[in-house]
Amino acid sequence: MKDTKLWTLHLFAGIVILFLLGLHMGIMHLDEILKIFNPAGGEGIDWQNVLARMKMLGFAIVYILLLGFALYHGFYGLNKIIGEANVKDKTRKFVSLVLTIFGFLLFVFGTYSAIAAKVVSVKW
Amino acid sequence: MENKYYDNHLGIKGWAIGGKFSIERYLYTLHRITGLGILFYFILHIFVTSTRVLGQEGWEKAMASVSAPLFRLGEFLVYFAFCFHALNGIRLILLELGFLVGKPIEPVYPYKTSVGKQRPVMIILMLIALIFILIGGYDFFLGGSK
Repeated sequence: MKDTKLWTLHLFAGIVILFLLGLHMGIMHLDEILKIFNPAGGEGIDWQNVLARMKMLGFAIVYILLLGFALYHGFYGLNKIIGEANVKDKTRKFVSLVLTIFGFLLFVFGTYSAIAAKVVSVKW
Repeated sequence: MENKYYDNHLGIKGWAIGGKFSIERYLYTLHRITGLGILFYFILHIFVTSTRVLGQEGWEKAMASVSAPLFRLGEFLVYFAFCFHALNGIRLILLELGFLVGKPIEPVYPYKTSVGKQRPVMIILMLIALIFILIGGYDFFLGGSK
């Protein structure tokens, strides 16, 4: 894919992350003020709140979307930063490949976790 | 056709010592530093939060391992980084898409730049970031059960 398209996707991912991570930050870190998606009260990380969110299909979808866009945005940005350093073209390409593979593996792992959490939460 | 890259002699050092910088240039540097911090945290976050699959015991054990005051401070720094990175990112996207740049004009002295359009927006966005950081700081350190 041409770099202009990858760059446009980087910007688009940034906008998506703004909303999805904004929601996540609001739930987890402004829990005392906003009190949303924390039905048991208390902190966002309390197990009863975590379990309640795990049971919602919408949250699994949001987590997977956020995971994908955030990994792409982050690793593309890192790749650009490395590109600014004085490294050889071969090294640059190798690093780019390693970051792509690492990002993909993280996406697979994170997606598996989100789906598994939704599946097992039904039993609890 | 293969891309040609030209030597960037300053490299990463150029983030800090490239010359007489305006405030926007320091925001550029801070945008990158916060971006790297968020990415590092995010990778760890993926592994830590995956422990919810193990059930209540596994989750609470994982949360206990990252509940020391140092981690709490680190968590706030990530929140700080997110607020800054997000609001500064909005500014960068507006610029990238051509807003705040203005129409081309003749270079007639005294020269006009688009900084006059861009800087007020930058100040407003940074103030919004500061408000979110202060609200978050209240929630992190002063709010209720923590």
